[in-house]
Amino acid sequence: MKNNHVNAVVVGAGAGGGVVAKELSTAGLSVVLFERGDWVSFEDHDNDELLSQRTTVLGNAFGPDDDRYRRVVAGEDGLTEIVYPSDGAYNNVAACVGSGTVSYGAMAWRFMAEDFRMRSTYGPVQGSTLEDWPVSYDDLEHCYEKAEWEIGVAGDASLNPFAAPRKKPYPMPPFSYNREATMLESAMKRMGLHPFPIPMLRNSVPYSGRPACVRRRTCCGFACPVNAKCGTHNTVIPAALSTGNCELRTQCVVGGLIIDASGRITGVEYFDREDTKQEQTADVIVLAASATETPRLLLNSTSRHFPSGVGNRHDWVGRNLQGHAYTGAFGLFEEDIFDDVGPGATLAISDFSHHNPGIVGGGILANEFTRLPYLFSNIRPPGSRMWGEEHKEFQRKYFRRNVQVVGPVQEMPFFDSRVQVDPSVRDSWGLPVVRLSGHRHPRDAEGCEFLSGKAEAILKEAGAFQTWRHLGGSGLSGGQHQAGTCRMGDDPLSSVTDRFGRVHDTPNVFVSDASLHVTNGGFNPALTIMALGYWVGEHIAGEWHKGNHFR
Amino acid sequence: MRLVMLAAGGLSLIAGCAPKRPPGRRVLSDDDAGLLGAIADRIIPPDAWPGGRENGVVAFIDRQLDGPYRRFRGEYRRGLDAVTESCLGKYRKRFELLSAEEQNTLLGEMESGSLRDGGWKEGFSKRFFELVRSHAMQAYYGSPRHGGNPDYASYKMMGIDYPQVIGQNRYRP
Repeated sequence: MKNNHVNAVVVGAGAGGGVVAKELSTAGLSVVLFERGDWVSFEDHDNDELLSQRTTVLGNAFGPDDDRYRRVVAGEDGLTEIVYPSDGAYNNVAACVGSGTVSYGAMAWRFMAEDFRMRSTYGPVQGSTLEDWPVSYDDLEHCYEKAEWEIGVAGDASLNPFAAPRKKPYPMPPFSYNREATMLESAMKRMGLHPFPIPMLRNSVPYSGRPACVRRRTCCGFACPVNAKCGTHNTVIPAALSTGNCELRTQCVVGGLIIDASGRITGVEYFDREDTKQEQTADVIVLAASATETPRLLLNSTSRHFPSGVGNRHDWVGRNLQGHAYTGAFGLFEEDIFDDVGPGATLAISDFSHHNPGIVGGGILANEFTRLPYLFSNIRPPGSRMWGEEHKEFQRKYFRRNVQVVGPVQEMPFFDSRVQVDPSVRDSWGLPVVRLSGHRHPRDAEGCEFLSGKAEAILKEAGAFQTWRHLGGSGLSGGQHQAGTCRMGDDPLSSVTDRFGRVHDTPNVFVSDASLHVTNGGFNPALTIMALGYWVGEHIAGEWHKGNHFR
Repeated sequence: MRLVMLAAGGLSLIAGCAPKRPPGRRVLSDDDAGLLGAIADRIIPPDAWPGGRENGVVAFIDRQLDGPYRRFRGEYRRGLDAVTESCLGKYRKRFELLSAEEQNTLLGEMESGSLRDGGWKEGFSKRFFELVRSHAMQAYYGSPRHGGNPDYASYKMMGIDYPQVIGQNRYRP
């Protein structure tokens, strides 16, 4: 049976797609929202560390599965390897309704004004495609505000002197510090730093008909058992569905765009839950499938009008893949610090986000989410034996006496760090899979060196008797903070979309996920992806009501 | 080296031997389980708290070899055989019968990659050691629902209450 034509198709029900679906359906457009995964809840996996979004050794609790999905990683030496979603090298983003917003740590950062003007702020960086965004913080400010109020953020921005200006406070009060954060707060203040409670997409008080957080240790990496964590799955997606204008199709894998004889994109091809190939036509197509899967969809959509993929006339689709090098330090203490108040991360500083001598950008530093027992078994000072009596003794002696201060470092976009489609390897639907290649820009190591030094100094000031640093590595970056592969820009020669996310060379294909990010900030990107969802959604709905149907 | 037979389901990994497995075990034979238990007790030795063997490392690995770790069956077969071969060559005894010190020495050689004979070609000893080490840690410190860590014994050892009752428990060193 043929599907009815709709006004808009949104591919991917995550942070970006969920917001766009809500914006369009509340504006009266008929929408089909596609999700390759399904609804998941706490009951599916409980508190199982080995099947969480942080530790995927026994599989991905939030999808995708290892049976049907794979990718190819090409090394510096040209050798390729097939990897599966539970391998780190796959660079997975969750495949379920809400995607990463179901299981994330839920830090709710706004980028700073400088994050949208990196090239203007720091000048060109050799070997990097560092550039300004075509939109400014001021352009997106109201979108951040909508994300904070419609999805729900707890925090107190007045305590962060480096925060970009805002018109409205957060809708919920901040979370209290746990014991280690209280200790770190004093140390940071003694050092002249400016600690503040991390803004969180999590209910500190009852909000939007959902209860307040119960502060479990299994939060980051897990679904919330009481529904206090705010994602798109329990806010904007239900709001979209309740309009009656939006249909959510789960377990449907979109394979590519349908291109007619004139070169117009008329809809998407997808495989339904029985793996039957179907078509869904629409006036507008919004891709929000992640910074690896969105470029894959564009590259897998070819015709004589788009021989190298839709939007790829100038070879920018899939380029500039970036994520975050995570860097910081561990400290050991003589007495118990751990109070088991989840999710662990409660306090941050933004003192080192920008304007650090000799560093392009920087990052926040925060105390880390609770390291559960298996994850902790891999945390030891350099040179320690990773098994035997000593390892076991460390496990019980220092689980309650270790503190980690850590942050995401802004990465320099690198043209040759990229997503392509593999010429031979296919997934179980016969679609060419993502092929990842490249490495980080060498300057990222400077940021890691700098920030981890600051983290170590804080731990020492707090009284740690032993500290050690961890840097970010130099290999391919992406992971759950993956971004940059369909850069927005004013110049079609050096970007994939315009400032509203519309793919150049097409009137009606939009991108609304972290692929758009020109640079990825020194912050967890979820709130910015949501804000861009409002930005893109608002634009499409606004134009639609002016009579522009994107023909 | 013995031939490796990879088979799904309940077949023994040891070709040519009748499977000698107690009910409830899925993949590993009694010999495999004995050897793996001995290795597990060196990776996480018993003290006031259970060692790897007692805390379900073998049960965990056995179960996962019939699940997501099916892909590691070949490695386990090759690695366990190579351990036995190395011990018979060097000590004329199986690994299980060596002293703890001798066992630690052998595992240390595996970890450093200094074993290169027989089944250990191409740096396999290092790879196999890390495989067993990480699986043992997963079993010992992970959720009991995968066959290891019965009653969250390791959580108790580390002073983490389970189920979590926020603010109610105090631990004194």
